[in-house]
Amino acid sequence: MTTSTPTAEPGPGAGTPTASLLDVDGLRIAATAGARHSIVDGVSFAVAPGECVGVVGESGSGKSLAVRAVTGLLPDGVTVTGGTVSLGGQDVLGLGPRARGALRGRRVALLMQDPFTMLHPQLTCGRQIADGLREEEHPRRGRAARAARRAEVVRRLAEVGLPAEIADRYPHELSGGMLQRAATAAALAADPDLLIADEPTTALDSANQAAVLALLGRLRHERAMGLVLITHDLRVAFSSCDRIYVLYAGSVLEHGPAGDVQAAPQHPYTAALLASEPSVFRRKDPLPSIPGSVPPPGSRGAGCPFAVRCAHVAAECRTAPLTLAAPPAGAPGADRRRTACARIGALTALPGAAGEDTGDAGPRQAREERTAGAPHAGPRRSDAALVVEGVGRRFGTGADAGHQALSDVSLTVPAGEITALVGRSGSGKTTLARIAIGLETFDSGTVRSGPVELRAGGRPGPADRRRLAAHTQIVFQDPYASLSPLRTVGATLREALAAARRNGLAVDGDRDQAVLALLDQVGLPAHYADRRPAALSGGERQRVAVARALAARPRLLICDEAVAALDVSVQAQILGLLAELRRSQNFAVLFITHDLAVVRQIADRVAVLSRGRVVEEGTTAEVLDHPRHEETRRLLAAVPEREVAD
Amino acid sequence: MNRGPLPLRYVLTRVGGTLVLLFVLSVAVFALLRIAPGDPARTLLGQRGATPQALAAVRARYHLDSPFAAQYLHWLGGVLHLDLGTSIRTGAPVSATIGGRLALTGQLVGLGLAVALLLGIPGGILTALRRYRATDRAVQTAGLVALSTPAFAGGLVLIYLFSLMLRWFPAYGPGQGGGDRLHHLVLPAVTLALSVTAVLLKLTRAAVIRELAKEHVVFARARGVPERRILVDYVLRGALVPVLTGVGLVVAYLLAGTVLVEQVFALPGLGSLLVESVTYRDVPLVQAEALFIATLVVLAGLVTDLAQPLIDPRLRPARTGKGNAR
Repeated sequence: MTTSTPTAEPGPGAGTPTASLLDVDGLRIAATAGARHSIVDGVSFAVAPGECVGVVGESGSGKSLAVRAVTGLLPDGVTVTGGTVSLGGQDVLGLGPRARGALRGRRVALLMQDPFTMLHPQLTCGRQIADGLREEEHPRRGRAARAARRAEVVRRLAEVGLPAEIADRYPHELSGGMLQRAATAAALAADPDLLIADEPTTALDSANQAAVLALLGRLRHERAMGLVLITHDLRVAFSSCDRIYVLYAGSVLEHGPAGDVQAAPQHPYTAALLASEPSVFRRKDPLPSIPGSVPPPGSRGAGCPFAVRCAHVAAECRTAPLTLAAPPAGAPGADRRRTACARIGALTALPGAAGEDTGDAGPRQAREERTAGAPHAGPRRSDAALVVEGVGRRFGTGADAGHQALSDVSLTVPAGEITALVGRSGSGKTTLARIAIGLETFDSGTVRSGPVELRAGGRPGPADRRRLAAHTQIVFQDPYASLSPLRTVGATLREALAAARRNGLAVDGDRDQAVLALLDQVGLPAHYADRRPAALSGGERQRVAVARALAARPRLLICDEAVAALDVSVQAQILGLLAELRRSQNFAVLFITHDLAVVRQIADRVAVLSRGRVVEEGTTAEVLDHPRHEETRRLLAAVPEREVAD
Repeated sequence: MNRGPLPLRYVLTRVGGTLVLLFVLSVAVFALLRIAPGDPARTLLGQRGATPQALAAVRARYHLDSPFAAQYLHWLGGVLHLDLGTSIRTGAPVSATIGGRLALTGQLVGLGLAVALLLGIPGGILTALRRYRATDRAVQTAGLVALSTPAFAGGLVLIYLFSLMLRWFPAYGPGQGGGDRLHHLVLPAVTLALSVTAVLLKLTRAAVIRELAKEHVVFARARGVPERRILVDYVLRGALVPVLTGVGLVVAYLLAGTVLVEQVFALPGLGSLLVESVTYRDVPLVQAEALFIATLVVLAGLVTDLAQPLIDPRLRPARTGKGNAR
């Protein structure tokens, strides 16, 4: 590939860039409509050629807007109000739309999150890659030129590890992992000096996630290209970036080399984020979480925006203006780091990824003994919340090849325990969950969900459906889609309570009281009953979804990727909530996830699903510490977490 | 083998469905005569003297003494041979009467559709690109006025403006021969197209705005695809299926609209024929016209259905997994 800039000198791990590829200084972004709230308040960052920079932070931190401003592709209603952006030494904010458009693709390109919506559904992948090629090098007209472009597309596909025939495929014919590769080839078609990847692996399962991260890393080295990785997944950021910027509520709170930041965070927010990340290697008991949520634009006061949620807050935090300064000299890599914490000198070492173990081993062992030393070695069938035996399910018939989603799956969810079901996307996890709650039929085998015996080939009748609803409830992945936007939280919960009563639950007392009790259970204040989902954050919505499921006092709660769409700090809150509710109400949980760290954190038992078969099953410690099946080992190897020595 | 852009199975299902629909339509149209109050034979005789001989002749001619199904089959056999009976009013064969008027209405509808497409679709694209700005608001307001103006009122306004005041176009009549015919049909076609244009405009605008907001458009910009190509190849391609569906529906609307427009402009087409036949209870003609218009509408639907998989690969059946590694 031909990179046209003279600065293309690979600098892996370059800490202090001399010749910068991207320099953002004091960038401000605000909403143009309504109250003109400031969204990004003076963010500065730099990327050197060949360097990978991670930008992390919770949703609402402004990380995506701050970096997208570089491409000039801010969404409608949002505009840059200050600061400078210079790409390869050229100030781009002053350029007209046409000149900025000419920079896209060649200087900077953007790779986005969802591979299923990023490519045009009616154009072949090859066509979309070809559309981005530089026209002066790959002319469009003429028979010979067309053949040359075709050959170039095939070469680009090979570069991202895809066979030539993908050129003729339409996006809906490919899997998420393949699509993200094809999209990467399209993003790189005009050979940009800088690639911005906005949550490029969030929509993928862990195996594909690891593969796409490895691909981006390899392309960065081969092309000596700068890479900005925007992500809310700390493991992704710390495993693949040279330097990390931590954004919160529109400001950079800390930045520095990835390893140093991870080992010894110099801002309480970074430390809290790192601590709330579950680890695949050991259970954190309890999993620390950050109370509250990111303040929305317009409600940020003076001083440190994190002050309201910070455990180390002092009076000066609420007044002192936010400035980035070098951390105390003792911190690792102090000369190349900056922190916005005004009190960092006064704080004794914040727990990093390695330092959180104090007092952790005791309760962990106690818990694992509780599981291992339970009176029964294997799960007992008689009092199980869910027994699945030899279940098969095939989708598609006749002329279509058909797809065996589940074959001969047997699984027992013991009463009162949390059983995790893991597997990559397409392994049949969700199909099994839907069968267990009567939303999906199955072709063979038996399913006993508490008192209800489901039959193969048919849907449960009305009476069975009621008994099933009284016993089993489900929490879905996306709290934005699973709550009706028109109903208040109170109305949603009242409806769930009414349904529970119809299904035979004796609800004592006033219904409004019961709604308040449900809100209280999931840690939401009473006045939330009058709010609609739009006024709630993602984590709060998921709490409402949990409360709705708990209205029926189920004996089995199915969580289908219930924390996958949430930020780590919120994920920690919801995981803690589920564990606590399980303890107090003693229901069983079937926890479907692709995240083995979450499994380690919450599950007593785990079953691994691969291509519709259960390939391994056992206690969490057995399966994760001593995996026997190849698929389990593959899933573990794909986790981007580096083991930190104890 | 199911790999062509238009899979055989899909075509067969759609064509089969259309045939079933046509059958149901023809039964309904045939039943019109039987449902009409009074003796069908008297109805068919119309104003002529209902002597016993005449009634018997009509009964024999239309097999009125046979069971309903047999009558229907006789009638259908005739229809398939373009024998649609004779007009009660004029005694002329129905097929010849319709055939004589078909050309004019065909030209009117064709011209009306052309006006609607040429104004509605570019207008929709323009308003979508300039959305929420002055151009958008102005065009949208004009569209709203066009949509809510009945054809007879709109026609009269156009006649007043362009015939009486400006004297650009004739006020009525079909004209003689090619150029003159076209000159005469401009005002009727615009009148006919007014509301339909507004519908297409709104539909196109909504479809283009929806496409512009898609992630793949942002991604195309983000990798430097030229803006013009994004508009044509990405945005308009995506908007094509909903707009095409709209065009299919609009054809039906245009055919119905000819009834009013031909009255206003005194055009001897199918629309005014329908009005006359209904007025004189000329049942064979009404039946034939109803069947003809319904068939056209159903066929327009079939064409849009068949065009969709050509445009959108997602509507084609999946390629089988194994046979691709070649």
